[in-house]
Amino acid sequence: MPIYGTALLAACLLVGVSIGKLLGTLVGVDADIGGVGVAMLLLIFSSDWLRRRGLMSPPSESGIIFWGQIYVPIVVAMAATQNVRGALGGGVMAFLAGAVTVVICFALVKILARAGRSQEVSR
Amino acid sequence: MSPIVEKVLADYGLLTAFALVGLTMAIAYWASDKLTRGRLHGSAIAILIGLILAAAIGGKKGVADLPVLAGVGLMGGAMLRDLAIVATAFGVKLEEFAKSGVIGAVSLLAGLFTSFLVGGLIAYAFGYRDAVSITTIGAGAATYIVGPVTGAAIGASSEVIALSIAAGLVKAILVMVLTPFLAKAIGLDNPRSAMVFGGLMGTNSGVMAGLAATDPKLVPYGAMTATFFTGLGCLLGPSLVFMINRALF
Repeated sequence: MPIYGTALLAACLLVGVSIGKLLGTLVGVDADIGGVGVAMLLLIFSSDWLRRRGLMSPPSESGIIFWGQIYVPIVVAMAATQNVRGALGGGVMAFLAGAVTVVICFALVKILARAGRSQEVSR
Repeated sequence: MSPIVEKVLADYGLLTAFALVGLTMAIAYWASDKLTRGRLHGSAIAILIGLILAAAIGGKKGVADLPVLAGVGLMGGAMLRDLAIVATAFGVKLEEFAKSGVIGAVSLLAGLFTSFLVGGLIAYAFGYRDAVSITTIGAGAATYIVGPVTGAAIGASSEVIALSIAAGLVKAILVMVLTPFLAKAIGLDNPRSAMVFGGLMGTNSGVMAGLAATDPKLVPYGAMTATFFTGLGCLLGPSLVFMINRALF
């Protein structure tokens, strides 16, 4: 049943965010430290464990896959509910933050790809 | 609008949001296909429409300031957003990652830390002095997902989160548009450099659309590393990077 997959997904997120909040309390900030990342790792390992034991049927998987497939629409909804008018003054900064990063990363592609190739040759 | 319809739309707010966002996606993918011949990915156009609607209609909570559209706030709120993003990790095979080898891991880390560093420095240059805002804008320079996930986790303001989405969107669009023109100059013509490219850029929609316009055969190699970028960013942003920034500012 799809609900099994969705239940697993929800449980991973609840555990992940709890761990994140706990970490936050430990370092003394009111924040969730890496909870979503922890939840992702939990989902990867728990679903893999279940699959190996034959406990992950395609209907159960569909209960997870659906949510993964509507993440772009959810990001659209999130973008539409931010204080964009308040942020307009910072538009130049947002543009620069994105653009400068892209330019540097383009340059790094050449450098890293070349490093990778010489690594291959030396092997 | 008749009061009856208005009440239904407000009472069934989440469904109104699904219908409205679905329509936005349809328009965006149509525009991507017909007006840009697929050069700009539909997802980027859709997010751009979302930001424009928020600026046009809304105030503090974007379009959710209108009672009939309050459900969009629930759809795009922390709970469903985190659920959907965690779900994208499903099916990720760590063995695939191991296959891309050292160069895949190095390019991922280099891409992430470049984003956090450059985004953070630019935020600092524009007068931000608190670790929360600097981390969030740096995370936005990683991707438009890492930004808001990080910002929400560490308690950034809505304006800063909006800026982080905008920074990520600029990155995605530039990668889509510039990749085919720069491919030759940066040696992007083989699987290995495509994997490096995916790990460095990280923005899924940007990498896929950019490689598709360059050479469709390279798409799976770029995607292989790029899929790990957002997840790793969501893990490192609100933890390691935030701690480093908190120690600095």
